Amino acid sequence: MEKKEKVYVDDIDRSLYDFRYEEKDVYKVENGLTPDIVNEISEKKHDPEWMREFRLHCLEVYNNRKMADNWGPSIEGLDMDNIITYIRPNTDMKNSWNEVPDDIKNTFEKLGIPDAERKSLAGVGAQYDSEIVYHNVRKEVAEQGVVYTDIESALQDERYAGMIKDHFMKLVPPTDHKFAALHGAVWSGGSFVFVPEGVHLDIPLQSYFRLNAKGAGQFEHTLIIVSDNAYLHFIEGCSAPKYNVANLHAGCVELYVGKNAKLRYSTIENWSKNMYNLNTKRAVVSEGGTIEWVSGSFGSHVSYLYPTSILNGRGSRSEFTGITFAGKGQNLDTGSKVIHNAPDTSSYVNTKSISKSGGISTFRNAVIVNSNAVGAKSSVSCESLMLDSESRSDTIPAIVVNTNDADIGHEAKIGRISDEAVFYLMSRGISEEEAKAMIVRGFADNVSKELPLEYAVEMNNLIRLEMVGSIG
Amino acid sequence: MASLLRTDDLHVSVADKEILHGIDLEINEGETHVIMGPNGAGKSTLGYAVMGHPNYNSDSGKIYFRGNDITSDSADKRAKAGIYLSFQNPVEIPGISLSNFIRTSLEQRTGTRIKLWDFKKALAKEMELLNMDPSYADRDLNVGFSGGEKKKAEILQLLMLNPSLAILDETDSGLDVDAVKTVSEGVGIFQKEKGGALLIITHSTRILEALKVDKAHVLVNGKITASGGEEMVSDINENGFEKYIG
Repeated sequence: MEKKEKVYVDDIDRSLYDFRYEEKDVYKVENGLTPDIVNEISEKKHDPEWMREFRLHCLEVYNNRKMADNWGPSIEGLDMDNIITYIRPNTDMKNSWNEVPDDIKNTFEKLGIPDAERKSLAGVGAQYDSEIVYHNVRKEVAEQGVVYTDIESALQDERYAGMIKDHFMKLVPPTDHKFAALHGAVWSGGSFVFVPEGVHLDIPLQSYFRLNAKGAGQFEHTLIIVSDNAYLHFIEGCSAPKYNVANLHAGCVELYVGKNAKLRYSTIENWSKNMYNLNTKRAVVSEGGTIEWVSGSFGSHVSYLYPTSILNGRGSRSEFTGITFAGKGQNLDTGSKVIHNAPDTSSYVNTKSISKSGGISTFRNAVIVNSNAVGAKSSVSCESLMLDSESRSDTIPAIVVNTNDADIGHEAKIGRISDEAVFYLMSRGISEEEAKAMIVRGFADNVSKELPLEYAVEMNNLIRLEMVGSIG
Repeated sequence: MASLLRTDDLHVSVADKEILHGIDLEINEGETHVIMGPNGAGKSTLGYAVMGHPNYNSDSGKIYFRGNDITSDSADKRAKAGIYLSFQNPVEIPGISLSNFIRTSLEQRTGTRIKLWDFKKALAKEMELLNMDPSYADRDLNVGFSGGEKKKAEILQLLMLNPSLAILDETDSGLDVDAVKTVSEGVGIFQKEKGGALLIITHSTRILEALKVDKAHVLVNGKITASGGEEMVSDINENGFEKYIG
């Protein structure tokens, strides 16, 4: 456990440092997202020519695409100039700990990360420890032929460059939506994972906070290819809060699951509460393959997040387990989407959402069964818990079935935290705060069980911390 | 004997409707009192009010515990002081195991961590005594428990938490003969071995058969209309409330 926390800290340490370093030295041109700037990013990253052209093409799509009508939470507060400033940070942007909002700073302290480690965030030394941990893992998995690196490095490696070209933004094309186009133009950092045929990785790969890699890391790209009969558990650790002034995260995740392969993709996002999280995640699954999403959304001011599974192969499966916790000032619109595009495909969605102190949590889900998906099965269950009368919870399910032979189920429950339950726990000597936290943790229990242990512990800590001050 | 619980002219209302119209009650350490009375008389209200349910407002009058005024204390504070309420209909809470719940309660009451091994041993012992399947320890709190198992779980908590005063709200209702016997035995251990005081709310006398009773009260329309000794219980059992309803 302690080791893990150290890893978070070190990652933040490095990223903050690198970030400031970059902004001063490299990005000191005027604001505005122009072809020049995209060219500059591309040049700095030593993109191959096709990538440079692709970025410029994306920029064009981005510029020509109108902002979609607001069908979800308002993003009016999203100042496009600021995004651009962020992508190309200027010297006005300072990332000192003093600018970290109090709630996040306190969270960090209460999560038990020792003061000494937090102080070392300004230093460089400690971060090498976590790098070594990382490389150790990398070496182990490399021995099995697994590739785990960043996209930029993979692009420079002739063994993988072609693979990237064949898959990059093919699942999420830039024309998908305006922010996908933006992502394509300015993406930076992220992970590339390739698991060869038949390789079963017992240990999960974990990427912590790689968004803070050099440059405009809010637009990281994750590309994972799990070959036939292979298995991978990938953990995306966005659990550490963001501290910079950035206010947009438009990452992109593309997952390719081979025949009879299985990929489990776990994420906990705990962005700072000034973040617009407009993330796009998509998986395509071949015959007999399985994609398992585990998704925890805790942070951000506004989130639009609907990991999508495209079940293209006969008998392929998708499981989505999600939890969303919307506190004060948060409007989190989350859910999932499944497209049944082959016979005997199945999908299972199980989500919990919690809202408190005026937070808004919306479960938005779509199950689409195409006419070729004969014998498809789908089961969707969502439960919402509102902790007070000012909070809000909505459920917006869409089910489209184009075959006569499909088995579809949907179940939704929305409720408030029960006074009787709180009193019951209090009557045993448990404080009101702890009683409510216990009830919320209990509510989330069957989801948190799906999380990797350290994240489950962290989630429980987060719930407890979120509950502090929410009483009375 | 020292006074444990005392209510002074206690008036209690729920949603602006007064239910209890001035209750005077005094329970000394180790004593067992029985509150009987028809449905709707306010018996459960008294239990909730003493435990500190936020919806049960003590409009006037006072509640003292060991001489301290606890009238405005929260339920957890009262629990820590030594009051326990066995609920008539215990709430089902998913995601919290019975075992974790009891352990957390103990830890919150004492402010110290309890060794898992010691705790499990103690819990297993009390569960055996109450004829509870050990698997219930890991089940979600009251979720899917039968009526009898819920009541047993309440008495299990009573034995584990070991308060000074236990209020039993209709603990015997809805139980079969065997379950009443088991539950009653558990309460007997609390009474005799642990020397705990009891306020037993009931409208039958089955649970009282194996227990020593010091005082009985009849509660009608929010008022105590009669108080007496153990003999009153058997009288009510044979002849009903009528003559005590003043």
